Amino acid sequence: MNLNQIMTLLPLIILASFAMGILLIGAFAKNAKGTSTIGYIALASMVFVFLSLFLFVGKGKMAFGSMMRMDVYSIFFNLVFVVIGVLTILASISYVKITGIHSGEYYALILFSMIGMMLMASSTNLVMLFISLEMMSIPIYIMAGFLRNDDRSIEASMKYFLLGAFASGFFLYGLTLIYISTGATSYQAIANFIAGTQRWNLSKLIWVGIAFITIGFGFKVAAFPFHAWTPDVYEGAPTSVTAYMATGVKAAAFAALVRIFFSVFSPFQHDWTSIMWLIAVLTMTVGNFTALVQKNVKRMLAYSSIAHAGYLLVAFVAGNAMGRSSILFYLLAYAFMNIGAFTILMVMAKKNDYHEDLDSFAGLGFKYPLTALAMSVFMFSMAGIPPTAGFIGKFYIFSAAVKSHDYWLAVIGVLNSAVSVYYYLRVVVYMYFKEPEEEIPTYRFSAPTVFSIVLAVWGVLQLGILPGDILNIARHSIMALM
Amino acid sequence: MLRAYLPILILFLVAFGFAAFAVVASYLLGQRKPTRVKIAPYECGISTPGYGKTRIPLRYYTVAMLFLLFDLEVVFLYPWAVTYKKLGLFGLVEMMVFIGILLVGYVYVWKKGALEWD
Repeated sequence: MNLNQIMTLLPLIILASFAMGILLIGAFAKNAKGTSTIGYIALASMVFVFLSLFLFVGKGKMAFGSMMRMDVYSIFFNLVFVVIGVLTILASISYVKITGIHSGEYYALILFSMIGMMLMASSTNLVMLFISLEMMSIPIYIMAGFLRNDDRSIEASMKYFLLGAFASGFFLYGLTLIYISTGATSYQAIANFIAGTQRWNLSKLIWVGIAFITIGFGFKVAAFPFHAWTPDVYEGAPTSVTAYMATGVKAAAFAALVRIFFSVFSPFQHDWTSIMWLIAVLTMTVGNFTALVQKNVKRMLAYSSIAHAGYLLVAFVAGNAMGRSSILFYLLAYAFMNIGAFTILMVMAKKNDYHEDLDSFAGLGFKYPLTALAMSVFMFSMAGIPPTAGFIGKFYIFSAAVKSHDYWLAVIGVLNSAVSVYYYLRVVVYMYFKEPEEEIPTYRFSAPTVFSIVLAVWGVLQLGILPGDILNIARHSIMALM
Repeated sequence: MLRAYLPILILFLVAFGFAAFAVVASYLLGQRKPTRVKIAPYECGISTPGYGKTRIPLRYYTVAMLFLLFDLEVVFLYPWAVTYKKLGLFGLVEMMVFIGILLVGYVYVWKKGALEWD
């Protein structure tokens, strides 16, 4: 390990040092409940990480004995994580104050899990992949239960932890089986082994292994048969944590999924596509149709997050370069629109009364026109209506499906998207066309929250109106993968 | 390849079979004359102090978890000590970073009062 390699790890080192510093500040501070200073320190760390990422653009550098690779692909995802981090931290600053969360641990855990996410996007070794998955997940298990006096939050944490540990077991078993059948843990060596062996000479266990790691990833991205935890956990967790894990964990899991499936298991693409096809269709359909009947907006967004995982899987099934780059684009767009929508929910949250019901949105458009406008932008984007990021994202995903001659998949996807318009627009209808049943409470808008909402709206519109640059970068990042 | 594991399988079967045989045989052949003392739970030969399902202070779990964490640190120190000469300065720095991270955790735990017993 020389200085060069240490430089490659710079973003992670910055994150880790800040996280530990914040942990200590939180422990030594006189009154660490809901202090915003710690939030600003965490924000500063995001800025440093952002700057340090630019040191590596264009260099595919290895670190940890080539267990991870800092290529353009991982840098793209690291930037997505920085976006998620900045939006979440900005939105958290006043939410933490309202709910009385201990901010030292809170921000430290956000940064710790982000280290895991970044490692996950750049790991090129099965062992590293598993370690990074756990580094990402364990802080989030804790964060889901941060509202210690709220039963729903404790339930969320417990459910997520138990099911997550179970899914990790499957994942680890899958990795083991792949190691057994190929004799290697590094992606490169496994790919070489598969390329150099006749198909019928390969151990059958590799199929079981691939199936098991699909289960592990399916759990993390909330894909259909493994999605059951999502609504309860997303609803119970503190809203800021929900925003963070809905976007961050999904992005990290997809980053690792795309990297391993397209660089290692690409010779088997025909085999896993058929299963993934079914998972993608069912994930979209179950997510959208269950979201239709939800009265709680946070729960509705949880089901919508399942549906979005389905759209992403459509691009994954399409499997061509366009599909892969649209996954990257869609994850970034999803980060902006999803965290934006959750930020609005955070603004509306009061202590012990979270105002998450659809009825709380009634008449919001008259008392808070700008907030309602922002919420409408996020809802339009999620529904995939131009000129928003969601539209462009879905457009590219479904074009990729058409391009790979999977017309049924594209049709089912578009139909699903049409169904989803109903429940997204219902929020907008409530805001503008429904008289509030009771007085709308006064919501406080702190500067960081407003900044976060503005940033999210800007992101959604920027990606929706001028998507060219980001699409080019996404396409370029995918090239680095091969 | 699997044949190499055959002795282990046989060992498993023998161990399981012996245990099952012993339990079943004593069940079928043995006489049962239970007395109060005989059916009491066996605990190191000392008579049991009370009912087993009492509440246990949460502190025990905290201490057990912390013990596990810092105990594992020592596990990592051993291989480092063995290969110390080979790793040289790099290993020393690496280990200092490792211990430094654990020290942060230790200070945090201490400051949060997880080590105090009351």
